Amino acid sequence: MIDINSIPHINEISNNGLYHGTGSKKTATFKERSASRNKIVPSLEDAIRKTGLKDGMTISFHHHFRNGDHIVNTVIDKLAEMGYKNLTLAASSLAAVHSHLIEHIKNGVITHIETSGMRGELAEQVSRGLIDCPVVFRSHGGRASAIVSGQLHIDVAFLGAPSCDPYGNANGYIREDEGGIACGSLGYAVPDAMFADNVIVITNHLVAYPNAPWAIPEYEVDYVVLTDDIGDPKGIMSGATRYTKDPKELLIAKTAANVIDAAGYLYDGFSMQMGSGGASLATARFIRQKMLDKNIHCRFALGGITGQITAMHEEGLIDRVLDVQSFDLDAALSLKNNHFHHQIGAVYYASHLTDAAVDQLDFVVLSALEIDTDFNINVLTGSDGVIRGAIGGHPDTAEGASLSVVVAPLTRGRIPTVVKHVNTVVTPGDVVDVVVTDHGIAVNPKRPDVKEKLIAAGLPVFDIEQLRVRAERIVGVPDPIKYKDRIVGVVMYRDNTVIDVIRQIDED
Amino acid sequence: MKLIKTATAGTMESNDIMITLEPRDEGGIVIELTSNVMQQFGRQIEGVIRDTLKKNGVENAVVTAVDKGALDCTICARCSTAIYRAAASDAYEWEVKQDVH
Repeated sequence: MIDINSIPHINEISNNGLYHGTGSKKTATFKERSASRNKIVPSLEDAIRKTGLKDGMTISFHHHFRNGDHIVNTVIDKLAEMGYKNLTLAASSLAAVHSHLIEHIKNGVITHIETSGMRGELAEQVSRGLIDCPVVFRSHGGRASAIVSGQLHIDVAFLGAPSCDPYGNANGYIREDEGGIACGSLGYAVPDAMFADNVIVITNHLVAYPNAPWAIPEYEVDYVVLTDDIGDPKGIMSGATRYTKDPKELLIAKTAANVIDAAGYLYDGFSMQMGSGGASLATARFIRQKMLDKNIHCRFALGGITGQITAMHEEGLIDRVLDVQSFDLDAALSLKNNHFHHQIGAVYYASHLTDAAVDQLDFVVLSALEIDTDFNINVLTGSDGVIRGAIGGHPDTAEGASLSVVVAPLTRGRIPTVVKHVNTVVTPGDVVDVVVTDHGIAVNPKRPDVKEKLIAAGLPVFDIEQLRVRAERIVGVPDPIKYKDRIVGVVMYRDNTVIDVIRQIDED
Repeated sequence: MKLIKTATAGTMESNDIMITLEPRDEGGIVIELTSNVMQQFGRQIEGVIRDTLKKNGVENAVVTAVDKGALDCTICARCSTAIYRAAASDAYEWEVKQDVH
């Protein structure tokens, strides 16, 4: 018998006392055990009860199922049925399909929302004062940081997954077969799984352990619920993001590629991200041609990944793909099939608490609803002041990249894009370097180096004020939007400081 | 110009406006406008329609306008066309006048 106290320095050696035997030895086969001892609970309701969820707590969701998502609505319906009230819904983002929530806001089940964005009827009603407590809008990096720091504490995360094993290893696609639902990366669910007190994975496709590779490892998952319906595949993903045929967008994209080249950020081993939106996606096409002409490689492409990026990866032009969110089926398939197409979580992607992937970007191409003469960008509220967008990674990548390029048509219909003041500041002009429109380019005065290079390359560079006046001459001067004093939304910068507020629109 | 029948010009496409004119004998101009940029440009759109009617000597009419973000030049063109159609006239004045939108 060992006398523990006789060991020198034992008080300085971390230990749990003397070995006193193990529990009973397991003898059942792995297959038998998987069937009988696992994390699967019979129903969503059972899983919710087991978490000990209480009124007033915070629940979270990811938005990788986009407008095909059935998880949020199904879970909130269940919570309402079980009598829960006063919950905070912290989603990585919300889509038009979530207008169903309006009913549960009115009946007090949901009293606060955190999200990256909002669209459709829910956004319309929030803009008209649906919720007493202002909705908190965070960037993807800002949300990840808030979860890590504990500012956004999640009690129960409800994470939809297209595949999962009995122990909770969950993924955004199915390794074994070609059918089923695929959403690609589950990057925005990763911090939720890591930091939530309780994690419930909801899946429609149970596979044998181990569901490798996984996005979410089993040790972060408490319960697995099997259901028929996690979402509508058609809403979750479209086949492939098509190249735009709009000549305006193509002109903008071509100019943007020329800007990046002239500014000196297209060299062998560069890094890039392309935002969503016609012109920014189309920029990839012109970047590709320049890469072929110059015989150079891209070291990595980051972000929301599309089939255009994965095609360049498969062509051998891009060495590594870091994927926090797969935008189309081609991207999801590439994640599944290409070894160097790598799934990353939101913290890795864009948290300001550490050096994140965005901090290694040479350039990012981003879209905008509005741009003002101080280079501030709005991607959240429409020209009528109503919420109709999402922050996404806009401020994260704009700050992280050495060159942030914002692309937008000078006018959309009768609405000017370049204005005196944006309705809502989402990304501050401090981190926006170049604006590219179909009527010319404006360079932030903070980047005289870039301006000089663009002029030397013969690109059409103007003052941003000249672009604003040009827009005004085409469409006229819009009457200002009327707001009430009441604040319905708070916009956080990526470090979770308040950068702007959204007020209730005044229709009286 | 004297309006003698109800007439329409324009389409419901983006950046266009569809204007319908109904003649009447008195009561001035009444405009029923719907627009996807009502808040920002509703006042201006009405202004262009009123100006165009005035310049063509139309004093009484019910105007129904469905705007999809048309520019002023488009609004003026669609309104003028509706006036000529409602007046069953093809005596178009093609010359460019000053101060015409």
